[in-house]
Amino acid sequence: MPVRLSDFPRIRYGMPGNAACPGCPEAMGLRYVKMALGDNAVLVMPAGCSSVIQGYEPKSGINFPIMNIVFASAASLASGMKAAFESQGKDVNVVVWAGDGGTGDIGFQALSGAAERNDDIIYICVDNEAYMNTGIQRSSLTPAGAWTTTTWTGKKEYKKNLPMIMIAHDVPYVATASVGYPQDFIDKLRNASLIRGFKYIHLLAPCPVGWKFDPRYTAKIGQLAVQTGLWPLFEYMNGKLKISPFSRLYRRPERKVPIMEYIKLQGRFANLAKDPEKIKILEKEIERQWEWIEILEKATNNKK
Amino acid sequence: MVSEAIIEEPKTYWKAPISHPDFGSVGKTGLWRTERPVIDEEKCTKCLLCWLYCPEDTILRREDDMVFVDYDYCKGCGICASVCPVGAITMVPEIKEGE
Repeated sequence: MPVRLSDFPRIRYGMPGNAACPGCPEAMGLRYVKMALGDNAVLVMPAGCSSVIQGYEPKSGINFPIMNIVFASAASLASGMKAAFESQGKDVNVVVWAGDGGTGDIGFQALSGAAERNDDIIYICVDNEAYMNTGIQRSSLTPAGAWTTTTWTGKKEYKKNLPMIMIAHDVPYVATASVGYPQDFIDKLRNASLIRGFKYIHLLAPCPVGWKFDPRYTAKIGQLAVQTGLWPLFEYMNGKLKISPFSRLYRRPERKVPIMEYIKLQGRFANLAKDPEKIKILEKEIERQWEWIEILEKATNNKK
Repeated sequence: MVSEAIIEEPKTYWKAPISHPDFGSVGKTGLWRTERPVIDEEKCTKCLLCWLYCPEDTILRREDDMVFVDYDYCKGCGICASVCPVGAITMVPEIKEGE
């Protein structure tokens, strides 16, 4: 169901005056969670930049009830919390809001366990592609070629394809989203909240500090990641993979925006921008992503 | 055999430092701003994209969906100016050159 902006009531969804950096994609993402789910949601938050936005006592910068937990057990806590709500007869969306380190590296065993048990939670991975809060260290979700403080000459390895790993867990709902397309993200969150079972949404969040770009381009880089094909938006629901409308426009290779448009705005790809030979590493990454998606789309849509 | 020792309830409780959502958890963040967004109401088409993309929720809607900026908390990131399809928002420096 398409999202119409004029339908939203004139209330404040975020909490102005929080400690987020100017142009923070996580503050944007938290607003969209509020727009999609309303007051009927509880957040579970491992450490990360979002804990900074939340701030200290006596005021909180996020208008959700939040439970803070260590990295390694975010999904386990959410499973237990959902079970407690169910035993009280309350229907509340339990949402895990974890960064890419808390999802792909440290919290992965709890995530995998909750997915295997098919617990009724929504897991949102806010992927800013490095450990931004501790000082931009490389994570397993950092793309190839990107500068971080621990990969000075650019990361050699490819980004871990976490959405595909979650599809392999055979959960009811897996989707990718970008803060560049909020309507798409809100739509996917609403779809997810109607399904019972484990829901996983991977949200790309371009970080102005770690990716080294002007804060005004946060939304633009979120859109360019989709338009260049580096971050395909899709939705895996009822055992079928469907490419989202915003990504379908750029599906054919000749329709895709050149990868240079995406690279030249970001300081972390300065190494690649100087040397055209090195750009091939990202072009290969795009091919690799789309190869997976095309195989899965073909395989899942042909079965009965 | 089950021990029949009476477990006394603790008489003192910790006063948990629970924080509640409120505006300005780190103060008036408008002080961080180096450039302020200024909306040209004649150019504005009320598409609400700036309202949607603003990370801080400092762009607010009037009854007729015309937008205005809450300068108390606007951090001046400039996302609203870059997403505006008709260029109705310009970023004006807070301090002019020479001041």
